[in-house]
Amino acid sequence: MNKIIEFQGVSKSFGDLQVLENLNLHVMSGEKLALIGPSGSGKTTILRILMTLEPIDSGIVMVDGDYLWHQKTDNKLEPASEKHLHKMRQNICMVFQQFNLFPHLTVVDNIVQPQVLIKKSNKNDALNKAEELLALVGLEGKESQYPHQLSGGQQQRVAIARALAMDPKIMLFDEVTSALDPELVDEVLTVLHQLAESTDTTMLTVTHEMNFARDFADRVLFFDKGKIVESGPPDMIFTNPKEARTRDFLKNFIGKI
Amino acid sequence: MNEVLTFSPILIEGTITTIELTIASAIVALLISFIVGLARFSRHRFVRWTAVVYLEFFRGTSAIVQMFFMYYVLPLLGVNLSPLLAGVIACGLNIGAYGSEIVRAAVQSIGRPQHEAAISLNYNSYQLYRYVLIPQAIPMMIPTFGNLLIELLKLTAVASLITISDLTFMAQIIRVQTALTLEPFLVILVIYFAISSILIAMTNLIAKKFSKGRNTMQAGGN
Repeated sequence: MNKIIEFQGVSKSFGDLQVLENLNLHVMSGEKLALIGPSGSGKTTILRILMTLEPIDSGIVMVDGDYLWHQKTDNKLEPASEKHLHKMRQNICMVFQQFNLFPHLTVVDNIVQPQVLIKKSNKNDALNKAEELLALVGLEGKESQYPHQLSGGQQQRVAIARALAMDPKIMLFDEVTSALDPELVDEVLTVLHQLAESTDTTMLTVTHEMNFARDFADRVLFFDKGKIVESGPPDMIFTNPKEARTRDFLKNFIGKI
Repeated sequence: MNEVLTFSPILIEGTITTIELTIASAIVALLISFIVGLARFSRHRFVRWTAVVYLEFFRGTSAIVQMFFMYYVLPLLGVNLSPLLAGVIACGLNIGAYGSEIVRAAVQSIGRPQHEAAISLNYNSYQLYRYVLIPQAIPMMIPTFGNLLIELLKLTAVASLITISDLTFMAQIIRVQTALTLEPFLVILVIYFAISSILIAMTNLIAKKFSKGRNTMQAGGN
């Protein structure tokens, strides 16, 4: 097992608001990580930094043995070029809170187009793979529908299938059930849970669903004010947290765990 | 009125010229709209800046003067354009400037979430625009492009001033030859109105076709 992700002293601010403060974190290849904590604690920012959507202010991020936000030229570290970022993104894919499907494409085209454009798959292979993945997320027969014809839960499952189609080494899930009606949450979490069991893809998920975090994760990180307050196996974090701040936060979820 | 109708061959000829001028200029304008509109999103400051100068110049000066420039001034610089070509280029460049704003605004209105989805799938910026943003923006452009097409049709009347024998030019001829004023202009008003009605109907048809089966206004929504 090697470290696939490493944050070394990473800081990030939005104006006066410091969202990450000298963060150190590593994730092993194949690990399933759940990031929990109050809103604004910097969990989502970690995913957005990894997806190259948010640059870092200082520190170093390594992904799969290479610098993410830097590149080495003549033994000097320089900010990454767009070309370097493009190369690094091949390993990573993100699923968003608001699904972000392409509304002008059918369900199947949402999954086929990125394969054809980015992975240079031929159309038939891409189509077969899309069918396979749609079956995996329980959406056979929805191929020719448009995203707006589906429920939120169904859209999110399409988004998961679309991300899977890219065969990333690292998958990022950013509050993927937060925009869903309560009765649609489970169908998405079930899919994620199955995925976590059946693949060796590294997965990071930011979630407010504590039950899910407990079942899904190998390790849970509790964040507050830009720092990791506590981290450990789910049983430890949820049943016997060491830090008072963690206990306080988890109190809000009593009865839901 | 009967007298005017004896001139119907030249009215028909004028109508055809007006339609030709409108269609040819529309094609030029459409190309310009996309080139200049998309140039506004360029990574290179020089390209963006050139697009803005183009837009402000053609929007900020008179279309008639632009046309006179093409037809009367360019020959002095050694560029001789036929009246029709000068008319097409002048109308196309002028309307294209307005059209570029339609393209820019429509593409800009596609929200950040679509950009982020494309980045997450590792689309490059060409692929982002070509496969994600522009296809979603086009249905939004169509109704506004329709309005602009009507503006273009009306603008072509100015081309009669550089000796293009369009509808307006023919009406002048009839007026000179018959000493009638009301009738020829009334007739061409009706013809212009008929053409624009057809253009509006066509635009609506295209807009309908594009909105079928999709709901592009819901980009990335619930």
